[in-house]
Parts: sequence; structure tokens; C-alpha cells
Amino acid sequence: MKHIISILIENEAGALSRVAGLFSARGYNIESLTVAATEDATMSRMTIVTSGSDEVIEQIIKQLNKLVDVVKVIDLNDGKFIERELMLVKVKATAQYREEMKRMCDIFRGRIIDVADGSFTIELTGSGSKLDAFIESLDNTAILETVRTGASGIGRGDRILKV
Amino acid sequence: MDSQVKNTAITGAEIVIRCLNEEKVKFVFGYPGGAVLHIYDEIYKQNGFKHILVRHEQAAVHAADAFSRATGEVGVALVTSGPGATNAVTGIATAYMDSIPIVVISGQVPVPAIGMDAFQEVDMVGITRPCVKHNFLVKDVKDIAATIKKAFYIAATGRPGPVVVDIPKDITAHLAEFIYPKTVEMRSYNPVLKGHSGQIKKAIKLLLEAKRPMIYTGGGLVLGDGAEELIKLAQTLNYPVTNTLMGLGGYPATDKQFVGMLGMHGTYEANMAMQNCDVLIAIGARFDDRVIGNPTHFLSQKRTIIHIDVDPSSISKRVKVDVPIVGHVKSVLLEMNEVLKAEDTKNDISKWWKQIDEWRGVKSLLYKNSDTVIKPQYVIEKLWEVTKGDAYVTSDVGQHQMWAAQYYKFDKPRRWINSGGLGTMGVGLPYAMGCQFADKNAQVACVTGEGSIQMNIQELSTCAQYGLPIKVILLNNRYLGMVRQWQEFFYENRYSESYMDSLPDFVKLAESYGHIGMQITNPSDVEGALKEAFAKKDKFVFMDFITDQDENVFPMIANGKGLSEMIMGKDNKHREELE
Repeated sequence: MKHIISILIENEAGALSRVAGLFSARGYNIESLTVAATEDATMSRMTIVTSGSDEVIEQIIKQLNKLVDVVKVIDLNDGKFIERELMLVKVKATAQYREEMKRMCDIFRGRIIDVADGSFTIELTGSGSKLDAFIESLDNTAILETVRTGASGIGRGDRILKV
Repeated sequence: MDSQVKNTAITGAEIVIRCLNEEKVKFVFGYPGGAVLHIYDEIYKQNGFKHILVRHEQAAVHAADAFSRATGEVGVALVTSGPGATNAVTGIATAYMDSIPIVVISGQVPVPAIGMDAFQEVDMVGITRPCVKHNFLVKDVKDIAATIKKAFYIAATGRPGPVVVDIPKDITAHLAEFIYPKTVEMRSYNPVLKGHSGQIKKAIKLLLEAKRPMIYTGGGLVLGDGAEELIKLAQTLNYPVTNTLMGLGGYPATDKQFVGMLGMHGTYEANMAMQNCDVLIAIGARFDDRVIGNPTHFLSQKRTIIHIDVDPSSISKRVKVDVPIVGHVKSVLLEMNEVLKAEDTKNDISKWWKQIDEWRGVKSLLYKNSDTVIKPQYVIEKLWEVTKGDAYVTSDVGQHQMWAAQYYKFDKPRRWINSGGLGTMGVGLPYAMGCQFADKNAQVACVTGEGSIQMNIQELSTCAQYGLPIKVILLNNRYLGMVRQWQEFFYENRYSESYMDSLPDFVKLAESYGHIGMQITNPSDVEGALKEAFAKKDKFVFMDFITDQDENVFPMIANGKGLSEMIMGKDNKHREELE
């Protein structure tokens, strides 16, 4: 099953490679990984999307906690949470596609952020599955390029990950 | 972090030395080189610790590791950048797999040269990341003291392990005031010490209701200094105890409640009791592949498992546990013994003991001695007698290691020093050095094979320089014995590259370093030779025992098999009925 794991980690050189190295060394799978500094510049927040059996996820959490630089770890799937990912898609927008692309973009509540003679660049945010659905609904030959940030996640309501 | 000492600025190199003195380090095992020359210059000027010059960086780390295993203190090694650092990696990985607290200080090229493919540059922090508990690259002279303080703290606390501190050469020349922090506070690192009281009570209840209880302890018990409390617990309950390879000495081997080592080459009674118990308490052990074999087979029998470990990630990793207790083994055992005082500890398990005694009757370690060729098991039995069971015994890796574990009865913790996790050939001699430095008057025996000893044989020179009276017990069967054994069992006797050809004359080799060399070929000379060697209390003696080439280690559990699926030795009269 897919899990979204949130990590607070000391903002030290090499901290990212400790986490990435742990996943590769122990054969855990990473679907996406995002990281950036938090409002406290000494700390970074990382979101990892991974999958595995309950036993594997339990080990992942324990092994992450064992890393000396890791301050806190939670599995967002243990409660209610919000997941968002940003995707930029460059699509063909020649005469035959132009209207269709604009319409699809509206349906998915995306924004066209760059317009050129033969192409649009669409910005879309949402859960990973919404972004997947958008890609699937487009004519494959119309897609010129995609780039995704990987998921960020945050607990709903009073669920707060903070030191 | 407040200042303890305030004075004028000194060099980074001197700061390193002052830190080691603050940590009361007695020995630093090392090897000089370009990137650590400033530090070596300060070593020349100080007398706070003794520097031991090894002949290869790998041996420096192994010796520091053994010093820690023998004493419980943090071992320290010092190496230069590049090849010095990479040579240290096997030693670091060895310590990591067995959770040994050591601090390895490595030199690095100057900060401006990092990333420039400079001479003797290697990304030490990158290379060691997967085999250290933590590592640091120090990029400011002002950070040296706080980093070294943290390194010692991290190495020794929680589940111990190696910590690398990589220091660029220019940083050791820069000036800073020496301020050594008194304490370490890290928001990201707070190991749990005390076990959960509710879980402890639950464990006691389960233990007292058990019909077929079993106590299984590993290296964690030895490292956590929990032996004394374990003896109290086991003897209050009168329950059987088994130790893993790493846990030997955690419970006295000569005690009647001890059923021997378990696992791939464990005794019949230990493995059968482990498989058939109804309540199992695991203490500082981790159910690894060499201990329980196939986990599916192990779990095919129902039992309730209590697991005490300082590292939460060791719990429910290979085997699902019913009562996890995260905490320092000694603290948890102390609390358990306290709780037990108020309980009625009379639990009649005489039927279970009767069953265990029947399994003991199989005599799985039985071997047929010979009066024409030396049996390796016999050498170990005699070694135990001659040293009165009180030696530090180090081993390398292979058949000799298993025989030493099976036939030397360890009654005390921290006496059996071997590489259990990584299985590093070549540790034996440097391990013996570490033990001898830890206890200069102790009897130290290095049980080894002719394959393993040659992997760090250059250390004969170090032993000569420091006058270490180690006794090398070489079980020389002219084969990489464990490889040969597997080839005999699983590869139809195709002995691919497992014969050690062109061996040196070990007697002459030892003598060329100024040591005493002995070759023993006759079984009737074994005891006399050992007595003679150990009587030479201030001499290094290299004993080359020419042993039976065909001897195998039994019992044995083949890869992927379960605990009760042991192969027994050919001299065991129960062999057929058991197979």
C-alpha cells in the first residue's frame, strides 16, 4: 500500500543522502521525495511517498528514526491528511488541439501559464492520482513534456508535525 | 554547552588531542600520512594517550574495536585521507555490524581541495555513510571540539556503533580557542533507556506462566553489561539459557542451565529448545539468519515472544514479536528482577528440563578424537583447560571460529572477541592486539586459520614493537575450511579455489619478527605445547597446529533450513535417527 511519510531533519550537508542511502541500502522503494527548508532554517521537511507491507512501512519508520539527523517522523496515513503535488505539462496547442487543451485544463482546474504558437504549458496541482488522471485524459501524442514535484503532505486539523 | 576551559587560541590539531584527553582515551591506534601530519606532530608533543603504530589501517580499526569489546570503553583509531581512509572501511563496517562503539578520525584534503580530485582525496563521509552510526565532516576549526564530543556520545549511547570524524588538513592548522562542551544535547538523538513498566510486568507474567520457557541472549546483552542481571533472572526462574555467537559469555557456559550456543552451528539442545519453547525471551539479540535459519520454519511453531532491545528497529524485523520492550538491557533486567522479588517464582518446568536433558543426551558436539592426526576441536578443548577458561579468545572467520565458539566455555562476558555480523577474515590478530592493550597481563589467544591469519599477518610486526605476549593458535588444515565444507556438502566436492597452496613456514615467519614459533603435528604434543606457550608470559608465541584436513563443523543447519533440521556429525551415533 502507498504511504506518505513526513520527516523533519536537521538541515545539514548530506542529510538528504542519508535518507536516500537508507532506502537504497535496505531495498525500500521511493516513488517520490521532496525536501526544502522549513520556517526554521535549521530544519528541513521531507515528504517521501513509498509503498510496502505494514511490516516494511514499520521498518522504514524505525530505520528513519534511527538516523541521527532525523528529528521526527510520521506516517501521514496513520490519520487524515492532505496531499498536493505540482505538475507542469507542456502540450501541443496547434489548431486542432488548442480548444481541447484549454477545455481539459479548465475541467482539471489547471492554469495555462505559458502560451506559444504551437504549445501551452499547464500548471496543475492536486493529489498524485488527480495528476495521473489528467495525463491519462490527454491524447498521449499531444504531451510534449511533463515535470512533477512529487507529493507534499500535511496532516488535517490539529495533526501537526513540529518540534 | 558551556565552556570548561578557556585559554588562548590553539591549532585544530592540538584541539583534537585535547578532546581525546578530555575523553580519557588511553590508546589511539593509527597510521600517519599527509593529511594528518599536523595531528601527528601534536601526538609527538603529548603524553595523555599512547599511540599504537599498526602496519595497516584496517588493523588499527580492528584493534580499536577489540579494545572496546574487551573494556566497554570507546575505541579510537586515527588514519590519513584517501587510501588510509578506505583501508579503514572494512574495520568500520565490522564494528558497525556488531554495534561496537568506536571513533575513527580520518584526515581529509584541505577544504579548498575537496572535490578537486586532489592527491589522496576520497569522499570518506560518502563511503562510510552506510556502515557508520553517524559521521561528520568538520569544515571549521571552531567545530572540532563539539563534533568530537558528539562523536563519542553517539558512539557509546543507545545502540552503540562506529562514528567517523573527517577533518581536512587546513582545519587542523587553523586556530581557535579550545572549549570542550560538558554535555551533549541533540533534539534529533535521544535514545530510550528505561523499558516500559507495563510491558515489563506483562513479560514477567508470561514468563511465570510458561510451560516451556527459553531465554535467548545476544551481543546486546554483553555490550549493555547485562550479564550479572541475566544470571539473577535466569537463576531465580531456573530457566534454560542459550547465547548467540555474539552473546557467548553473557551467561556462564559451565552452568547447568546453559544449553550452549544456538544457530547454524549451535548445539542440538539449544536449537530444539528454541524451536519448541512456548515462551521465548530474547535479550539484545536480533533473530538473524544465522540464528533462526528460515523464519517461516521458525514461525511454524507457535510461541509467545518477548523482546528486549535498545534499538526499536531490531524488534519485529525478521520475526513478529508479542511483547516488545525498548530499553537498555541492564536497566530493563534490573527492573524485571525487582518485579520478580514480589512474585511467586515457583513454576514447575521439570517436564521441560527432562525433555532438554534428553536432547542433551544426543551429545551433538561429540567428535572422535585421533592419536594420529590433530583434531581442531581437541586443540580448543585443551586451550580451555590450559588457560583455565579465563583467556581472551579472539578468532578470525570460518571453521576455527565455530570450533572456538563451541568448545571454549566462556564464563565471562567480553572474553570472546570475534566478527559475528560482517564475518571479517583477518580480524583475529588485530583483535588480539586490542585485547592485550586492554589488559596487559591477561592471557590472550588468537584462534585462527591459515587463510585468515594471512589477511593481516603484517601485524606480527606491531606485536613485536609493543612486546605483546599474544598466543596465536593456528588451526592449519591447508584449506579455507568453511568454504571447503560447503563445497563438500553443496557442490559435490568440487573444491574450487579453497586449497591454500604455497603456505609460508609459519615458525620461521614468526621467528623472523623475533617471536617464538612452534609447529605441532602430533595429537599427544598438543597439551604440552599449549602449556609451554602459555608459560612464556612475556613472549608472543605462534603455534602452528597441523590439523585434520577433512574435519567439518557439526551440527549444521543448511541455508534456508529450520532450527530443528540439523545435520549431525558422522561420529554421532544418533546421526541417522535424527536425519
